[in-house]
Amino acid sequence: MEKKIYLDNAATTKTKPEVVEAMLPYFSELYGNPSSVYEFASQNKKALDESRRTIANAIGAESTEIYFTGGGTEADNWALIATAEAYENKGKHIITSKIEHHAVLHTCEYLQKRGYEVTYVDVDENGVVKLDQLEKAIRPTTVLISIMFANNEIGTIQPIKEIGAIAKKHKVLFHTDAVQAFGQLNIDVDDLGIDMLSASAHKLNGPKGIGFLYIRQGIKIRSLIHGGAQERGRRAGTENVPYAVGFGKAVELAMNSMEERIKKETELRDYLIKRVLSEIPYTRLNGHRTKRLPNNANFSFQFIEGESLLIMLDMNNICASSGSACTSGSLDPSHVLLSIGLPHEIAHGSLRLTLSEENTIEEIDYTIDKIKETVEKLRNMSPLYEDFVRRRY
Amino acid sequence: MQKVVVGMSGGVDSSVAAYLLKKQGYDVIGVTMQIWQDEDVCSISENGGCCGLGAVEDSRRVASVLDIPHYVMNFRKEFKESVIDYFVSEYVMARTPNPCIACNAFVKWEALLARSLSIGASYIATGHYASIARLENGRYAIKNSVTLAKDQTYALYNLTQYQLEHTLMPVGAYSKDEIRNIANELKLPVANKPDSQEICFVANNDYAAFIKEYLEDEDNRRIIEEKRALYMKNMESSGYGFTPGNFVDTRGNILGRHQGLAHYTIGQRKGLNLALGRPVFVKKLDPKTNEVVIGDAEDVFTDRCYVNNLNFMAIKDLEDEMVVNAKIRYSHKGARCTIKRTAADEILCVFDEPQRAVTPGQAAVFYKDDYVVGGGTII
Repeated sequence: MEKKIYLDNAATTKTKPEVVEAMLPYFSELYGNPSSVYEFASQNKKALDESRRTIANAIGAESTEIYFTGGGTEADNWALIATAEAYENKGKHIITSKIEHHAVLHTCEYLQKRGYEVTYVDVDENGVVKLDQLEKAIRPTTVLISIMFANNEIGTIQPIKEIGAIAKKHKVLFHTDAVQAFGQLNIDVDDLGIDMLSASAHKLNGPKGIGFLYIRQGIKIRSLIHGGAQERGRRAGTENVPYAVGFGKAVELAMNSMEERIKKETELRDYLIKRVLSEIPYTRLNGHRTKRLPNNANFSFQFIEGESLLIMLDMNNICASSGSACTSGSLDPSHVLLSIGLPHEIAHGSLRLTLSEENTIEEIDYTIDKIKETVEKLRNMSPLYEDFVRRRY
Repeated sequence: MQKVVVGMSGGVDSSVAAYLLKKQGYDVIGVTMQIWQDEDVCSISENGGCCGLGAVEDSRRVASVLDIPHYVMNFRKEFKESVIDYFVSEYVMARTPNPCIACNAFVKWEALLARSLSIGASYIATGHYASIARLENGRYAIKNSVTLAKDQTYALYNLTQYQLEHTLMPVGAYSKDEIRNIANELKLPVANKPDSQEICFVANNDYAAFIKEYLEDEDNRRIIEEKRALYMKNMESSGYGFTPGNFVDTRGNILGRHQGLAHYTIGQRKGLNLALGRPVFVKKLDPKTNEVVIGDAEDVFTDRCYVNNLNFMAIKDLEDEMVVNAKIRYSHKGARCTIKRTAADEILCVFDEPQRAVTPGQAAVFYKDDYVVGGGTII
């Protein structure tokens, strides 16, 4: 197949042409600074507000509760660090899970170095957070529970409503990193008991470099970024109007197409999972069989090196991944796969495929054929390798 | 078209190697190995090592200029087990390791080669200034490059025939200046990068500090202890090479206190802090008694050594005695000696002239007519 088959939509997605089109006027025509007084700038302010309202509606929040950030990572950093600082008098304890994104995990490590205590709750073999352990971990000094909505690697959706209820019962704030879930699943912050939520535009066909943090009315956390009084004094820096407009457009499109998209992607995903598991021996599906993101499939193929599989798929114009993309593009065994109990060797032979509504059944069939072929080839090579490295002649 | 994986360090030599192979008509794939990623180490690697994050970025830029695909492969586990653990355990056993030899044999030509073959490559290629020839007896052997200024064959003596058969070293036919000129003509972003130096994973060349820190980790200590128990017994007195002990002369008289065996190597003169009114040298490190034996200049010369862990390259095996040129460390000029078999995996090496500081743990590499005959580890 000459055409590229893109199956890494959890890493990032294509910016939709409609989104780009919506953004374009705000670069060279309507370029005013929304904080300025003149009429020219007020159009930008209006565009910003509209986008904010679209996003707020999408999660059942108020416009005043949505704060634009430079992306999902910034939103996670802000939620954790600012909450820790603001509620220091109550205590210095945070609860999170072992399978969070590094934007949360590394921020927790940063806080630990500054004297905060963090409990990392286990997950079961499907990657679902252990609720009893989570509840038991709550102390009088706990100020925040941060559990991701759905996992970026194995796609498992967490019991967010139950976690929200536990948090409420113990009067602890609840933050969720919804970067993978927003735009893919229905989210209502009131219904689910979410106090703070991070999301990012480029995971739902919006531009890179913009995200938001939802902060429930009444939560007193301060700025992470200091400067001007933008974003109601909570996030300084001139608003990124074109990107905010693009984000709003992407959310609008995602919300309109959600039902249909979930149906289509789930069907394609289940077809993919079924064929791979039935046609390739010594293969397992990672993550929950049903409580998973509609577009996520994650497999482990025993006896092979995931790195070689990825490279060979790339040579066949198939873009896939083994987990989250680290800066160097190199693979260490994923903390998520280790946390669900996979041994190192098996975690090494993993492959994540994340679909979009644009993928076709032909593409999936071609991909499965290539995976099958490659896994077989790699498995056939490994005894040969064993033999040659030890042999001196 | 045959596929070649070029191990790219982001330096001049491997970058030009990729270019030369592409020009020769190979289907070239650039690969940068990720081997050791400690925050501090990353920053030193950027300045000289071959495998840090800086190497990844530089290699990517070169690959894009050359218009070849580029991937990063992770060999951290292999590197830790085959190079770092070996390096530390050798020092703990009062020997002086050569980590580059281990990296070549077990990481580059074992793990990288295997992974390269698995993705359909026929060869791996490097930027070594050496060439591989097929001899009349049908064997592959490495030969010094046209530029003798910087010998790179010493650290490659351990490669097997299978590995050599699947290796290309395209820069071996050029001099360093010619390679730099090619890099400049191509406007490669790394044309003026300095050559890598020192041990890539040790900051400031302070190996003792590195070992000390490495052994602070409980898992690491357990692994090293197991390795040591395998080879040497009754070494408790020397700790891990950081327990102070006595400097003694060749007759056993105590001359002073040392800081721990790991701080010394055979032949060392500086940093002993012994005021004996004459220059003295480290003759021997004894892990059993935790003593550093001190001698005069002539005491650190010896005319023979035993070598094991053998690998033969230009010959299939050593049947009779053979007169060769032997290098006993990377910077050694080489000396004429006779080698003969003394056990299944042991050779006795007798030099025409006594050699200074023959050091256990270092490799002895044997040459005949500029070809690598074979080599092993000095006992």
